[in-house]
Amino acid sequence: MEIRIEHLNYIYGLGTSYEKKALDDISLTIRSGEFIGIIGHTGSGKSTLIQHLNGLNRASSGQIFVDGKNIYEDGYPMRQLRFRVGLVFQYPEYQIFETTVLKDICFGPKNQGLSAEEAEGRARAAMRMVGLDEHYEGKSPFELSGGQKRRVAIAGILAMNPEVLVLDEPTAGLDPKGRDDILGVLKQLHRESGITVVLVSHSMEDVADYASRIIVLDKGKVLYDDIPAKVFSHVEELESIGLAAPQVTYVMRALRGKGWDVSQDVTTQAEAADEILEVLRKAGVKC
Amino acid sequence: MLKDMTIGQYYPGNSLIHRLDPRVKLLGTLVFIISLFTFSSISAYALATVAVLTVVAVSRVPLRYILKGLKPIFILMLITILFNLFMTPGTAVLQIWKLKMTEEGIRFAIHMAVRLTYLIIGSSILTFTTTPNSLTDGLESGLGWMNRLHVPVHEIAMMMSIALRFIPILMDETDKIMRAQEARGADFQSGGVFHRVKAMVPLLVPLFVSAFRRANDLALAMEARGYHGGAGRTKMKPLVYHRKDWIAFLVMAGYVAAQILLRIFVKI
Amino acid sequence: MKSSDRRSIIEGHDLTYEYLHYDDDGNVDASYRALKGVSLDVKEGQFIAILGHNGSGKSTLARQLNALLVPSGGTLFVDGLDTREEKNVGAIRQAAGMVFQNPDNQIIASVVEEDAGFGPENMGVPTKEIWERVRKALKAVGMWEYRESSPNRLSGGQKQRVAIAGVIAMKPKCIVLDEPTAMLDPGGRAEVIRTVRELNRTDGITVILITHYMEEVIYADRVLVMDEGAVVMSGTPREVFSNVRALKEIRLDVPFVTELADRLKERGVPLPDGILTVEELTEELEKIRHGDQNRAS
Repeated sequence: MEIRIEHLNYIYGLGTSYEKKALDDISLTIRSGEFIGIIGHTGSGKSTLIQHLNGLNRASSGQIFVDGKNIYEDGYPMRQLRFRVGLVFQYPEYQIFETTVLKDICFGPKNQGLSAEEAEGRARAAMRMVGLDEHYEGKSPFELSGGQKRRVAIAGILAMNPEVLVLDEPTAGLDPKGRDDILGVLKQLHRESGITVVLVSHSMEDVADYASRIIVLDKGKVLYDDIPAKVFSHVEELESIGLAAPQVTYVMRALRGKGWDVSQDVTTQAEAADEILEVLRKAGVKC
Repeated sequence: MLKDMTIGQYYPGNSLIHRLDPRVKLLGTLVFIISLFTFSSISAYALATVAVLTVVAVSRVPLRYILKGLKPIFILMLITILFNLFMTPGTAVLQIWKLKMTEEGIRFAIHMAVRLTYLIIGSSILTFTTTPNSLTDGLESGLGWMNRLHVPVHEIAMMMSIALRFIPILMDETDKIMRAQEARGADFQSGGVFHRVKAMVPLLVPLFVSAFRRANDLALAMEARGYHGGAGRTKMKPLVYHRKDWIAFLVMAGYVAAQILLRIFVKI
Repeated sequence: MKSSDRRSIIEGHDLTYEYLHYDDDGNVDASYRALKGVSLDVKEGQFIAILGHNGSGKSTLARQLNALLVPSGGTLFVDGLDTREEKNVGAIRQAAGMVFQNPDNQIIASVVEEDAGFGPENMGVPTKEIWERVRKALKAVGMWEYRESSPNRLSGGQKQRVAIAGVIAMKPKCIVLDEPTAMLDPGGRAEVIRTVRELNRTDGITVILITHYMEEVIYADRVLVMDEGAVVMSGTPREVFSNVRALKEIRLDVPFVTELADRLKERGVPLPDGILTVEELTEELEKIRHGDQNRAS
């Protein structure tokens, strides 16, 4: 599934005193199977943008094409789009309402019009995807830990079998363990099922290891849209808009500043270690 | 929809009316409303009109803004008027099918319309010019004597001010949860009454859970900051009557006296 | 002044705490030990960080320090007062102020300045002095210009600073912050930590910061690491972060630079333990590169 956004504008509170341009001429394409990180400061428009992808927000102007079809055309099956683009909101555990985990995950598939058995089958498959085993099925979701609740909520979206999974700050408020678990689940999901993943975050560290493409938003505009290494090379610009490059970029820059011949395009810790060892070996250090 | 409501909101400003003691404004509003129902002649309404327009002018809240607040209750008013027009027994003026419009009905409907409109305008001037906090302070202090009747005035006022602080937060949250459930295919718009009520469950359960969690957190935070009820508490912004407040009381008394005089000497 | 010469503000000895679950008849049918024999001694003016993931007992410990919970076993003295004594509660809450995680759920008033005045009002401080305290507190956290704003219009970081001001206005000796940055974005996080460090350095307020972000504890005088209700590590940040493997075992983060240094060490680069910053790492690497070059030539 390909989503093509063309010259999208979104204005809040049109005609009132608090009118604000939340999205400003956004054009980008999300291709099937990508893992994209959208980074931006609070208020940069990132949450507003992703709510356009499944039609929850309607653009003030501009077009969105899903597989070549304009979603704003009359008669476009907007409800189907909700199921095809699964959107996981920030703190998604706050939307849990059923008495058992299984029932809650079934909510989406049932809204799709599936029978009870089909919905449960989908729900069980989704639970496996997020790493929740059968004995969670009958538990009350309200008795689970924060990280587990979040997995239930994500499973609730996955059970709708979306082609694109969009997540708004899926690691917010979790401890390091919970954060690594969720990111691990997403990585595995992307690798194994080939689902398109769009991960919204304000942490470069979260997306540096996973995304193959990073989109940086600032004041409703696309500032960068490139592979991680290229985006991180704009350290000063990122800092000037209140973001930071990942730590690895700072290490590499500091070393280059001291005359080390290390690559600037390094984005992970393992690559950084390799580069440093390479230089040390060339300098005759035995290690 | 909820955002369009101007009624009950604060209109920031620094006019004389804004600066009056909330207790003065509360009493003033009360006096005005009582006068609407006790004095109901043309001359009395004329005087009330002059009084309202003067206060609005002094408050510098645009009249247009105040009238906008009447919109949501327009339908309610229309129903009341129609009901009174046709249901009051008396001399028939006009007959449509089985419905009789009576002379008494017309008179009564006009009275109701005027009273309701002025009642809304009067109380919205109060809320437009008084912050929710000073309103609760005013109630707390103005109703302090009820403490002796074992009415927990401080606690009620504290509850009111906390409610006022959390209403916008919970409205935001409602919007967020609604969108989140819509992303899972929930449909809040279509279907019959039964279907719609059922569709509210995925919205209401999370909203209640969240409200309870917030209440819990807040109670803990208040306790941590040494809150132990009203006893032994001091006030950061104690209410003190100033000269302008005493003058306002005099103006109020003048208004009531004028209404009484009109009632005695002017027969329309 | 050596830290051991200073007065203890918090002295906990062998603290235990059990959460009890009651059945319908009011009998205890389940219990959960959240603290298992924690001892700690915090001196006046120190900056202490407590690390641990959710469920490690760190929040339970925090609530003990403000007498919101009292120990099931062991003793805890805050500013010399036994937290189990009912009559001390008021004084303890004034001595050890508390800032919580969710910025929205701890601001009580609808105007910033009134929220800062809430604590002093409860303490029965005279009106004139409340205003003085509020002004000082809001200035200390850099929120004075926003004194007439509604908290709903502030960013997360600003709201947390207002919450801190609300505590400062009570003139505490110690502030306990229970994951104050968990719900903030990086900008807000930096704001809050800067404010807290500033209060510690300039006003000498004792700080106990509970967090799971490693970057925030680098500046602490001492770090306590909690796991399953017990303190499993304690020392300076450098000492604690030397144990990269032990920290990873209880699934805590290690600062990126520390972890990179550890990885390099594993592969034979002779780096020292406990490297915390980019500057330290590059300096040490430079030494190794040049040192060996000199030896070779």
